Parts: sequence; structure tokens; C-alpha cells
Amino acid sequence: MRAYWELAKSSFRRHSTYRTAAVAGAFTNSVFGLIRASLLLSAITTAGGAIGGYSAMEAATYVWLGQALLAPLGLFGTAELANRVKSGDIAVDLSRSVNLTASYWAQDLGRAAFDVLPRGLPPLIVGALVTGLSMPGSPGPYVLGFVSILAAVSLNFLGFFAINLLSFWVLEIRGFWMLYMVVMNLLSGFLVPVTWFPGWLLDLARATPFPSMLQTPVDILAGRTDGGESLAMVGIQLLWLAVLLIIVQMMVRFGSRRLVVQGG
Amino acid sequence: MASPRALRSGAGRDPHAPVTNLVLLKLLVSARLRSQLAYRGSFLSDVAGQILLGLTEFVELYAIVHNVSSFGGMTFAQTLLVFGLASVAFALGDLLLGETDSMSETIRSGKLEVLLVRPLPVLLQLATSDFQLRRVGRLIFALAALAAALLFADIAWDPAKVVLALITPLAGAAIFCALFLGAGAMQFWILDGRQFANAFTYGGRYVASMPGAALFFPIQIFFTFVIPATLVAYAPSLVILGLDGPAGIPAWTGWLGLPAAVVLSGLMLLLWRAAIKKYTGAGG
Repeated sequence: MRAYWELAKSSFRRHSTYRTAAVAGAFTNSVFGLIRASLLLSAITTAGGAIGGYSAMEAATYVWLGQALLAPLGLFGTAELANRVKSGDIAVDLSRSVNLTASYWAQDLGRAAFDVLPRGLPPLIVGALVTGLSMPGSPGPYVLGFVSILAAVSLNFLGFFAINLLSFWVLEIRGFWMLYMVVMNLLSGFLVPVTWFPGWLLDLARATPFPSMLQTPVDILAGRTDGGESLAMVGIQLLWLAVLLIIVQMMVRFGSRRLVVQGG
Repeated sequence: MASPRALRSGAGRDPHAPVTNLVLLKLLVSARLRSQLAYRGSFLSDVAGQILLGLTEFVELYAIVHNVSSFGGMTFAQTLLVFGLASVAFALGDLLLGETDSMSETIRSGKLEVLLVRPLPVLLQLATSDFQLRRVGRLIFALAALAAALLFADIAWDPAKVVLALITPLAGAAIFCALFLGAGAMQFWILDGRQFANAFTYGGRYVASMPGAALFFPIQIFFTFVIPATLVAYAPSLVILGLDGPAGIPAWTGWLGLPAAVVLSGLMLLLWRAAIKKYTGAGG
């Protein structure tokens, strides 16, 4: 356990050295937040009050929380593992005495911990100033929200890790990566809340783990759901976590048997 | 990089004729294209991914529009025209200069030095050396969306509107090329600042494909008169559809796309040249 804690800490430190990147990311997420918020608010005004259960203030809060959590939740992913398979460094990873998945997972949690403040706070401040935010006054949503964020970080990590693991079988994962990004961006509710979708698309989204990766923590944090509902949503997240974990572990087990490391 | 076949076809010319930039360019592009087509499965999945990307961008718009009778003062078919024009422009710009987006990688890995020592302008090499044919997938979807919009939107055509509809995608492509160029140039100064640039390149794409009237007023002004994103598709669409614009984007701005493209391209080319001059090497 100690090893994973140290890995997470060193990953936190590694990311804390890229300050310009963090500032740039916060800036861009704030600009996108302004654009997204104005589009959703304009539509809600035309619709006359609310769309898909979101009033103007709730939709604005949804946008800003989403922009703030985008980086910490890890919605951009990293192709580090796939690159290490390409370079052959994966051989070193596999010969270490730590579990492959757990070591990358720990590092991703360290990254997320760093990203929360420098990348998360600026969009929230911009949002509070421009449109205002409607945040809950009781501690419950924040506590459950924290658990939900942890689960969502892990879900995003496992999703991208599975795509990375495909590099054990195929030479180039770019096509799969792209496919995953595109579908995930849409069905996670990152672009617009999934309840805005036409019925068939909403059903499709709810049958996947993607809403658990963004919309769930955002809705819980914003206090849109009451305690029981929030608990059920976290339960769904944990269910998907178990499913993805099993898939990833199977992929590691069978993939590392197939893997041929070139060179030496 | 050039396959044997490309070299042979190069040798088929008059051997005494000087090797012009144009000949080299043709050689580079054709070699690039052949190498991308060599792995057919991978290429097709890439194209499919790009088409799907365009499709989700459309669904993103649709998910908003199907909830309301009009979005930013436009019907669904009218928003589709904005979306189609913007998508074609972006797909073309991305195809040509999308690579400058990852300039910091090119600098960091020392690849830029390789480009600098070759007897061809760096920009020409960037545009060709990574001419990603898979991005054509995005263009295919964009053209389909534009065709559908032209079919369904009720447009009272006159010669001026036809001219505008023809120059708009090209001017828009030039605007996106200029934005990508500026994004690349900026990374010479701020190596970790790639995401800054994304606010204007991809942020610009996002703004360009949506009805401008739906934006906050200051955003309208900024993305029209500073970063001319609404001039790519929304403002010309106002003219073509005969609509009035919002306060920040009056309908007369519909004809500003081409001038804006020329001015912005000029400025960004100057910035690019300053960036290349400023470059002192990555220690390679």
C-alpha cells in the first residue's frame, strides 16, 4: 500500500511542476465555460424557464462545475501506457513488484488531486462572477460529491486504461482512442446534460458508464438530487467501477501473455 | 519518407531541370498519402472516427435545438447552415494546418530542427509532412451537413448570395488556418501554453458552428471583432438567409469574412516569421 501512496505523491509533485500548463488549461476551460453557459442559457430563455429539468441557474451551475471538474476527473486521458508499449518500456513496468493497474491508478489519483485547485477553481470563480452559481447549503451533497468525484476519476482512469491496453494487441490505438473520446464526450453529459437528449439517446447514454464519469458527480455536487437518489447514483458508479475493473484486469492478464516486447 | 516508387517517378523527369519547391512538394505529399493508405484497416477506422466526430458535433447542436422552436433566432435548418459552413471551413483548415496545434511537441522533440535544415519553407513542410488524409472524414461529414442545410433552409438566392456562399467556406478555412498558425507561433514563446491556443482554435470552431445571437454580448464582440469566429459561418448565414443579427454581430458583418481572413492571415504569418526567427534550438 505504501508504494502506491508514494507513487500518488510523486505524481502530484510531477504535475505541480507544469504550472504554465495548469494556468493555460484553467483559462481555456473558463472561455469554453462562457461559450457553453451562454448557449444553454439562451436556449432555456427561449424555452421559457427550463429544459430537461434544468432552470437557467441550474444549467449555468452545471456548465461551470463541469468545466471545473473536467481536468481533475481526467476526461482528456493520457496515452502514457500505450507509448510505453511502443517504446518497450512496458517490460520494465511489468517486471516491477507492484500491480500494473494499481500503480497507474495511484498516479492518476495523484494527478487529479493536484488538478483540483489550479484547474478547478478559476472556472468556478469566473462562473460565480458572470452567471452566479446555485450551490447547496447543507454538507451532505459535498460529502457524497467527494465520494462521487473519486469514483468518477477512477472510472475515467479505467476507461482510458482499457483503451491503452488495446496496444497489447494492436500497433496503433489512435482510431480506438478517437472513437472512445468522441462517444464519451457526448454520452458523459459533458457537452449538454444527458437529460436534454432526445429519448432514444438518453436511454442509450444511461445504458453506458459514461454519465457516471461526469454528469453524476456534477449533479450530486450541485445538490440536484436528494440524499437517497444521490446514494443510488453513487451505487451505479461503484457498479460500473467493478465492471470496468474486471475488464481491465482480464485485459492485463491475457494481454501481457500476448505482448511481444521488441528490442531490448 | 519517400517510397522507392516516389523516387523513381521523381527520376523520370528531365534530370538536368532544377528541383523546384513545387516538385519537392508534390513528391512529399504523394509519398505521405501513399504511406497513409498503406495500412488500409487503420486508415479506414481513422476516417470513420473523424466522421463520427463530426456526427457528435452535430448531435451536440441537435441536443439543444430539438428542445426549442428557435435557437438564437434561427430554425433548425438555419442553424444547420451555420453548422455546415463552419464545419467545412474548420475541416479544411484542420487538414492544412491542424498540425501546428502541437508545435510544442515538434519543438521539444527536436523535429523542428530537422525541418529547418531542409531547403523548403517550414510552413510548407508542416502542411505537407503531416497531411493527414484521415481528416478528410471530417470534411465528408461537413459537406453532407452543408448539403442538407442548403436543401432544407428556405433561401431566396440572388447572385450576391451565391458569391457569398462560395467564398464563405474558403474565407472560413483561411481564418482557421490563420488561427492554427497563430496557435503554433504562440507556442515558441509559451512552450506549455498549447491549451491557451485551444481557447481560440477549438473555442473558435465551437463558436463558429453555433448561432452567434445565442452568445453573451461581450462574447459576441470578442469572437467577431478580435477572433473573427462568427464571421466564418454565422454572419454570412445571416446575409444568405436574410436575417437580422444581434447587437454584437450586425448583418453587414456577413461580408467581412474574406477581409478578416486576409488581415488575420497576414498578421499571423508575421507572427510566425517572428517565432521562427526567435527560435534558438532545442539543444539537438
